Amino acid sequence: MNIMKFRPLFYIFSLCLILISIFSIVFWGFKSSIDFSGGSNWVMNLPSLPNQDSVNSIFQENNLDLPQIITNNQTYSFRFKNIDSDQKDKLVVSILKLDPDYKELKFESLGPVLGKELLKKTIYAVVLSAFALLIFIGSRFKDISFGSAAVLAMIHDTIILIGSFSLFGHFFGAELDSLFVTALLTTLSSSVHDTVVTFNRIKELRRQNYKFNWVDLANEAVTETLSRSLNNSMTIIFMLLSLVVLGGSTTKWFATALLVGVICGTYSSIGVAIPLVLFFKRDKKKK
Amino acid sequence: MPNKNNIFKVFWTIIALTFLCVIINFPTQIPIKFNIGNFQVDHTFYRPDFSFKIGQKEFKKNLDLKYGLDLAGGASLIFDIDTSNTKKEDLEEALNALKANIERRVNLFGVSETNVQVVNQDGHYRLNVELPGVEDISSAIKLIGTTAQLSFKGEITLAPEATASATFNDVFSKDTGINGSHLVRSTVQINPNNSEPEVSLEFNPEGSKLFATATKEFINKRIAILIDDYPITYPTVNSEITDGKAVISGSFDSKAAKELSAQLNAGALPLSIKLIQQDQITATLGKDSIDKGIFAGIVGLILVCLFMIGNYGKLGLIADIGLIIYGLITLTLYRLIPITLTFPGIVGFILSIGMAVDSNILIFERMREETRKGKNWNSSMELGFGRAWDSIKDANACTIITGLILLNPLNWPFLNTSGMVRGFAITLLLGIFVGIFTGVFVTRNLLRVLAKEKIQK
Repeated sequence: MNIMKFRPLFYIFSLCLILISIFSIVFWGFKSSIDFSGGSNWVMNLPSLPNQDSVNSIFQENNLDLPQIITNNQTYSFRFKNIDSDQKDKLVVSILKLDPDYKELKFESLGPVLGKELLKKTIYAVVLSAFALLIFIGSRFKDISFGSAAVLAMIHDTIILIGSFSLFGHFFGAELDSLFVTALLTTLSSSVHDTVVTFNRIKELRRQNYKFNWVDLANEAVTETLSRSLNNSMTIIFMLLSLVVLGGSTTKWFATALLVGVICGTYSSIGVAIPLVLFFKRDKKKK
Repeated sequence: MPNKNNIFKVFWTIIALTFLCVIINFPTQIPIKFNIGNFQVDHTFYRPDFSFKIGQKEFKKNLDLKYGLDLAGGASLIFDIDTSNTKKEDLEEALNALKANIERRVNLFGVSETNVQVVNQDGHYRLNVELPGVEDISSAIKLIGTTAQLSFKGEITLAPEATASATFNDVFSKDTGINGSHLVRSTVQINPNNSEPEVSLEFNPEGSKLFATATKEFINKRIAILIDDYPITYPTVNSEITDGKAVISGSFDSKAAKELSAQLNAGALPLSIKLIQQDQITATLGKDSIDKGIFAGIVGLILVCLFMIGNYGKLGLIADIGLIIYGLITLTLYRLIPITLTFPGIVGFILSIGMAVDSNILIFERMREETRKGKNWNSSMELGFGRAWDSIKDANACTIITGLILLNPLNWPFLNTSGMVRGFAITLLLGIFVGIFTGVFVTRNLLRVLAKEKIQK
């Protein structure tokens, strides 16, 4: 199977995905949850189903900015700037007038300092992971072009994952929270997981037939590992799909992020990592 | 290939290990109650307690699964600690005193498994207080955040006829205005003259002024020190003290002096704290998530098992058995270590199942290739395991690297220390190690014993 002849197609496809992602990140940004921007998230159960205007008027009465209201049946979530406990007590009194059966489900408040810290630490973790994996793969294969190709493919996945979340946020209201950060870091490793398996096969084939050129080796390795890659991705996709469809609302977008990461990781090991290795190798020959 | 004897030894060890895991994971009691015709069964099985004695030592282990705040519900409070007024060399002592003090207050709730932690983030000190199962968050904040419950009260002279019926509060009824926030710290020191232990008190500038006024007013009288209106000591004032440094001397031994000093420190918060984050999760929300998550996990697992059988037939079935053993071992480890399960933790567990299956898929695909090349079943099995091992090792090593960065075991201040991310990382890491063990070692040996005979026919 001569998969590598589709290299230009892969490049164009990946480039498109990355451009769309960057476009979305730059122009639409993210719906960042309070994890990042700081603020309060107040979730409550209001069986009398008050409309948005009456809820807004409560916040107006208390001289607070209008909250962002998300409703799901009887569950109401309010997002707004940080308030202190006195202000909250006053709000509770007003809400009880509106709905005597009010029950608080969750009250989260995050100082903006913590939000900034989380963001900073996430960036550090991504950079640290990239370096650690670059060194590890580079030394395992005794060839830095393998390490850089794997890490570049990983960065490709990361950008697309972040971009897809910007898109999800724009169209479906998905939020960037600290669970998403976990999903992102898992994608880093699972993307590399797949790539390493294919690289290993190239290494093994090269040991057996040293005269083969890199393109033939790559084609052979991809052909031999393709059914494994697909089967493996299928099992992870089964697990994650069941979490997306059946899991609770708090983990829905977390599982979606992982799903995007896994699909992207499977594609990128064939469509990005290996073409990049071939690209690096071709450059060396010319010199 | 190892000889037959060894294979069976390993096989029975695996069976025994599995059996042990089943016992540990057994519910503490299972009531069985049913009728078949006239035959009635009403019996409760009890899991044996894991306590035994070796010589004088008694071993006891609580094997219940522990759930984190998100699953059990509760409160998580993060306080910012103001260290700007504290000298660097006193900081560690002050932080420890603060932690001990908060722990003492938290224990008033009678909450089990509370977690009070001082976190240093780039020189900013934070106090994390986690209270699983606490629903009344505002009273928790009030109790923990209250700055002082320590009070100093002066003795008044009562009319002689009232003395007999006077209570402690009647005698010490003059408030000096000094409270715990004025007390910087209390230490035990040895009097160089008579080598007797004494307790020193050090007040801040405001406290020093108040204390000077009080010692002037109550000279040759007593001043009582109370925690939560409960008197802990009432020394007599010998002289006016203006420098804010007082010494309580008396006939106490070093143990009593230490106790008094600790009580004084506990009443005063050595550092001021400010609430910066509060999370409340009611148990209902957690319950909903855990139920749905477990259901989703089971459905996903069944799909994976069916997929493996559909794709690899008998091999897949044996891999599924390996997966069940995998599940049992991980659950056992959760109970033994113990690991506090959070929702991201459960997601990490589910994800690691996927990675465990991957090892088997890698191996089986390799076996298929070897069979296609015309090798016989036995040697293609052994070759499959051998060749796939290289890939499994490298691929899992990459996941372990990222897992360790997430777990941040050395508490590097520039990396995440949030419990949620760590909960995910620890179950993912454990899952990978157990997955390598079951996916490679257990499955291989099960195949050697169970599948070999059939194929050779």
